[in-house]
Amino acid sequence: METPGFLEPFKGRWTKRHLLDLESLSSDEITLLLDVAQAFKESTNNCRTKLSVLTGRTSVNLFFEDSTRTRTSFSLASRRLGADVIEFSASSSSLSKGETLLDTAKTIQSMCIDTLVCRHKAPGTPQMLAENLDCGVINAGDGPHEHPTQGLLDILTIRQHRGDLAGKTVALVGDIAHSRTARSNIWGLQKLGAHVIVCGPSTLVSRRWEEFGVEVSYDLDSILERCDVLNLLRIQFERQYTRPFPSVREYALLYAMDRKRMQRAKSDILIMAPGPINRGVEITPEVADGEHSVILHQVNNGLAVRMAAMWLLNEGRATT
Amino acid sequence: MLRTLIQNGRVIDPSQNIDRVTNLLIEEGRIAAIDAPADSSAHVIDATGKLVVPGLIDLHVQIREPGFEEDETIESAAYAALAGGFTSIAAISETNPPVDSAAAVTYLGRQASEADHCNVYPVACVSSGRHGEEMAEIGILHNAGAIAFSDGQRPVSNPELLRRALEYTLMFDRPVLNRPEMVELSRDGVMHDGSISTVLGLAPMPAEAEDVMAARDIRICEATGGKLHLLAISCSGTVEILRRAKDRGVSVSASICAYQFALTDEAMRGFDTSLKLNPPLRSQDHIDACIAGLNDGTIDVIASGHAPRSSEKKMCAITEAPFGMVGLETALGLVGTHLVKSGKVDWPTVVRAMSTNAAKVLGIEKGTLQVGADADVTIIDPDLAWKVDTSAYRSKSFNCPFQGVMLTGRAVETIVGGITKFRYDGT
Repeated sequence: METPGFLEPFKGRWTKRHLLDLESLSSDEITLLLDVAQAFKESTNNCRTKLSVLTGRTSVNLFFEDSTRTRTSFSLASRRLGADVIEFSASSSSLSKGETLLDTAKTIQSMCIDTLVCRHKAPGTPQMLAENLDCGVINAGDGPHEHPTQGLLDILTIRQHRGDLAGKTVALVGDIAHSRTARSNIWGLQKLGAHVIVCGPSTLVSRRWEEFGVEVSYDLDSILERCDVLNLLRIQFERQYTRPFPSVREYALLYAMDRKRMQRAKSDILIMAPGPINRGVEITPEVADGEHSVILHQVNNGLAVRMAAMWLLNEGRATT
Repeated sequence: MLRTLIQNGRVIDPSQNIDRVTNLLIEEGRIAAIDAPADSSAHVIDATGKLVVPGLIDLHVQIREPGFEEDETIESAAYAALAGGFTSIAAISETNPPVDSAAAVTYLGRQASEADHCNVYPVACVSSGRHGEEMAEIGILHNAGAIAFSDGQRPVSNPELLRRALEYTLMFDRPVLNRPEMVELSRDGVMHDGSISTVLGLAPMPAEAEDVMAARDIRICEATGGKLHLLAISCSGTVEILRRAKDRGVSVSASICAYQFALTDEAMRGFDTSLKLNPPLRSQDHIDACIAGLNDGTIDVIASGHAPRSSEKKMCAITEAPFGMVGLETALGLVGTHLVKSGKVDWPTVVRAMSTNAAKVLGIEKGTLQVGADADVTIIDPDLAWKVDTSAYRSKSFNCPFQGVMLTGRAVETIVGGITKFRYDGT
């Protein structure tokens, strides 16, 4: 397993076994992940070259929630690094036959897995698996808690387009309450020195975020002119009992990024969305496809970030 | 004649305002004398440095038999109770079928008497089938031996049903034990609603879900004159509402679970399913308000809230895990450590909350060391530091977040009807 020259400067610098959240990472660790991702992009023809740095390693995608992009992105990242990938879905698993979550994970691990990528609707599930398994665990989204690789790819995208994060104002707009992307962005951006605003209907944006140094706003128009970046989060219709706002029409009126709002924004504003996007709800088509939009860059950066996470977690560790 | 002299202990009996170092004599299963002289013909228990108190009574114990024997049987619960210093427990049905028939009450009583550990008092359902719709046959259940009525962890949501039950139980002078929780406000909730739940993305169980229901329950209680006991309260708002109600003479009482004092919602950061509790671990301001309420008599009773669940049921995602933890064997140690050792509450207040008042709420002739009373006595070593070891549990379930934790204070001898049923030997 030879290490290409461009990765040499990063060897031996990552010490954690798992990637469960951004809240517990230092700014150095976040920067390392971003730097490695950037190096992959630049040195492997935008992540097209297949490497053999993880030949002989095996990762498993253990997804208990539906996912297309994240799962595909993790699979491709492992394959690009030369690792083998096992796909595992909850619906086809023994879980539907009554096996406990932990037993399922242990069974999978006994197939000599090095890295387990887990998505689950319950916060803390990847942490629980990490505490009980020998392999490295990457959180690919645990309910509304965190989605660290999504946070990293959002931040990497901003860094590529606007440089250093320090002093930048980034607004996360929409359903903060149910968004793992929001939480990972908040911690990652703050650690790198950005000013974070959470903005959306008061039923979906808790005042408690102020306790953590986050600015809370219910009025997009009042913060718009100060923002360097807008990250428009998807409204998660599937997670609520009583609708937290009266109608989609009203939401779009108050919070959708449209042409009119674009005219009032900074001339170099970046428009981001973690997707899948609801066109016409959070964002109008002309903004989503417009010149300020970097939505597709985000998807592309996802691959680089996941290659970085996969390599760092495996680098310097013996196979299990 | 069988005589036992408990010598030289600190005898605390709030029912008689006694708190002094003296001797207690037991004869024929009853309390025979306080301040008894040394007696060479009696069996002597040296209680020097120990507390000698009326047998502890746990007013809130979830019973899992029949239906969920993998969690706990009546026998194992009663044995765990003894090890925790409890001489009596109120058995609240979390069973299948529920305890809503005379046969079920009788069954519970028979299992308890066969086990022959501590006294087990059956609490029967308020509603038929625990469905929260129609009243159970309260008169028949009372005649069969039920001492109180409760749907346990299921709050009586229908206000008309609660009103009827409080009116109807008046005829039998029996209390209704109700969990104040407005479930529409805490639906799918996992933990206390606060900054920690915001960060963790765990669905919240807001304090007002309890406060609002407590206020409603109290108002209905006041209107009917029935006897209402609020089970497992945990919030500052509820304490305030209760305090005002008691000031104007409403016949309401309340209990709190011992675990509530041990940890705050901060502990949820570990996503430990054994800490998924209802009521949830609250923030420090709520805990402080509850301690104040305990000290001024607003909160009457400390209970264990014992909720045994077999380990496989907790080995899952936190959103799916059932609520609850076992509590019988740690309740006194948690209280000793977090209330007494920390200087926040004194032992007489603890004894009042864990014996005297529990007996009063349940309307049972226990919780006293008066001459002639049943000799239910718990001897507590208030300074004993011991390590929680779930592998030595008498309970069948180990869903306990305190494994390996050092606690101060525990029951060293549990005497039921004059007979030593449990003696602590280091495990």
